Amino acid sequence: MLIMDKAQDVVAPPADTVPAAAVPADAQRLASDTVGDVTAKDAVICVRGGNVFYGDTHALINVSLDIGRNEVIALIGPSGCGKSTFLRCLNRMNDTIESARVKGDFRLDGQDMYARDTDVVMLRARVGMVFQKPNPFPKSIYENVAYGARIHGLAANRAELDDIVYGSLERAGLVDEVKDRLDDPGTGLSGGQQQRLCIARTIAVNPEVILMDEPCSALDPIATARIEDLIDELSEKYAIAIVTHSMQQAARVSNRTAYFHLGRIIEVGPTDKIFTNPAHKLTEDYVTGRFG
Amino acid sequence: MRLPTLLLILAAIVLAAFFLGRQRALSLARPAGGVRSLHSLPKYYGYYASLGAVVPGIALLLMWAAFSDSLITSRVVASLPEALRNQPEAQLSLTLNDIRNLAAGQMQDESRSAEFAVAADLYNSLRDSSRKVLAGLVIALSFSGFALAWLQLRPQFRARNRVEAVVRFMLVLASLLAIVTTIGILLSVSFEALRFFRQVPVGEFLFGLSWSPQTAIRADQVGSSGAFGAVPLFVGTLLISGIALLVAVPIGLMIAIYLSEYARPRLRRIVKPVLEVLAGIPTVVYGYFAALTVAPIIRLAGQQLGLEVASEAALGAGLVMGIMIIPFVSSLSDDAINAVPQAMRDGSFALGATRSETIKRVVLPAALPGIVGGVLLAASRAIGETMIVVMAAGLSANLSFNPLESVTTVTVQIVTLLVGDQEFDSPKTLAAFALGLMLFIVTLILNVIALQVVRRYREQYE
Ligand SMILES: Nc1ncnc2c1ncn2[C@@H]1O[C@H](COP(=O)(O)OP(=O)(O)O)[C@@H](O)[C@H]1O
Ligand SMILES: [Mg+2]
Repeated sequence: MLIMDKAQDVVAPPADTVPAAAVPADAQRLASDTVGDVTAKDAVICVRGGNVFYGDTHALINVSLDIGRNEVIALIGPSGCGKSTFLRCLNRMNDTIESARVKGDFRLDGQDMYARDTDVVMLRARVGMVFQKPNPFPKSIYENVAYGARIHGLAANRAELDDIVYGSLERAGLVDEVKDRLDDPGTGLSGGQQQRLCIARTIAVNPEVILMDEPCSALDPIATARIEDLIDELSEKYAIAIVTHSMQQAARVSNRTAYFHLGRIIEVGPTDKIFTNPAHKLTEDYVTGRFG
Repeated sequence: MRLPTLLLILAAIVLAAFFLGRQRALSLARPAGGVRSLHSLPKYYGYYASLGAVVPGIALLLMWAAFSDSLITSRVVASLPEALRNQPEAQLSLTLNDIRNLAAGQMQDESRSAEFAVAADLYNSLRDSSRKVLAGLVIALSFSGFALAWLQLRPQFRARNRVEAVVRFMLVLASLLAIVTTIGILLSVSFEALRFFRQVPVGEFLFGLSWSPQTAIRADQVGSSGAFGAVPLFVGTLLISGIALLVAVPIGLMIAIYLSEYARPRLRRIVKPVLEVLAGIPTVVYGYFAALTVAPIIRLAGQQLGLEVASEAALGAGLVMGIMIIPFVSSLSDDAINAVPQAMRDGSFALGATRSETIKRVVLPAALPGIVGGVLLAASRAIGETMIVVMAAGLSANLSFNPLESVTTVTVQIVTLLVGDQEFDSPKTLAAFALGLMLFIVTLILNVIALQVVRRYREQYE
């Protein structure tokens, strides 16, 4: 309770429930909720005044954040503060949750993601997602990776499909481990391999952005290290937003870090600054392990 | 003492044993430093004492139920006068039946000789004393069983392990019971079927194309020598079940997909039980519906199209049966689809798949085993269904694949063969058992095939 009171003293404007229509497009004013610079140069995703409600719960309150091309941004914060909710807004996975309502301005390459004429299928092809628990389909390894290519018609024939599958497995660093057993079920792999399979599956449809929601929380340290290396390599081609509970992981893989607290983004900044010299008291408490 | 009283007393002893056993454990534990010093929780000592009290008594009761009657009967037979005792087997069992009826007071036949009355009295008195002895023994056994268990109780006694072993034994027993019953049914049917095959060659039964089970009752009768070719019956069964599945599988599957993937949870909660009512409607009612409503409509429609439709067409019975088995498909498929983890759907959505692509490519393959199970259940229900066919498809054993003609099925023939007074050694009656055996084997094969299919194409999540 104490923390929350403080948070509201410092950062919250009194009216939490700003409806989308009432949100002016003035990024500067909106960003004033947040300490630090929410903008990124060459932004691929641009969020202004984002709000999410689950029924009566106001889970994401007036957040603004850019994600730049070729950057890895880490989203950190205590459980239940809205990191997953924010991530799910960026490829409209919240559409699948009955009670969720999303308000605000969400743009991908300048296009409104929530506009009436936006094709959510195309959006999700451009903004891929990797989940907390590896969730390969109960199909063969090959079919897992080929799935997205098939539904989007990316391959004209079998040879092209093979190329896509091998290329994706290659980039996901999995090809050596599975090239002799592409017909085995993907569910038979180890946890870390499954997660890399899910990453291969995601990059097979050539996204611009990859969202990762605690991708290593179900993995052992060695598998985690491999995924972190992979994130490093992938950041050359994709914008990556990664939710993590591990401060070390955030420090290792990300250029920028956003600290979430009770549905708000409290502070955004270069990762080393957030961890060494946070501007906001709440951020400092969190990164120094005082709570969370 | 009557059996219910005895059981009540036994229950009381068991209950008391539980509390005494638990109490004993607690009092043993107290000097040793409380409940933590016991190997198991105190209640397990109670259970153990209860088991000690109940198991020997129940075992004796079961043995008594199994053997007492034959023991008593043999004593009664031994007491019968020479003339009655040396009758042939069949005669003797009739006599014994009479004696039992007399003993139960169900037959006041003055013409029976005094020997019968004496035997009946003996029967009664033997039964009375055996009951008394039983009651005494059971109670004594319960007490001594309890006492033995009680004496074993120590703080280090592994009561939980013992109790769990007994529970496991009972679980095994329960599953054995189901298996043994199945085998028993199979054996009894096979036995009668073998008697049939002694009179009618297997080949003729399996491959004969004509079915008319009217055999001559007297040797000098003409015209009805009987034909036992079962092919028309199986074709009829196949035809009607096939029509039913053609109706039920697509509709049931679509219902399941709608309910689990599209409908709001509230709608689903209402619709699913309502659908399941379909399976609970008595089949006689479906029979009426088929015969009085659907059949005339089909006839009318057929006439409009210039087709010849029999008044009891297979189509009507098949359609109505299909409606009846829809809930088997829809309900079980819905369960299977719902059991597919949300993470699978999320993974597919996140790759940009539409809802229908997700259903077709991810959800349905993952739910396949359950769906096949539902279809299989529906199929065996269709194959075994009798009433609708009796009422709507008739009895004529035509060999035809035309759904507009009248056909008959295996189950219908079994019923007609066994209805009314029958002698149990004519091929006509025994044929019913042969048909039953065939039906059993066919459904068994169906099951095995389905299991193979499921294992082959199963897509395991988790
Ligand atoms: N499907 C949902 N329905 C209702 N409330 C939800 C749902 N998902 C998340 N929430 C609520 O929204 C808040 C933020 O959740 P989430 O974004 O999952 O947090 P995080 O990922 O940071 O742990 C929490 O209070 C949570 O209870
Ligand atoms: Mg989360």
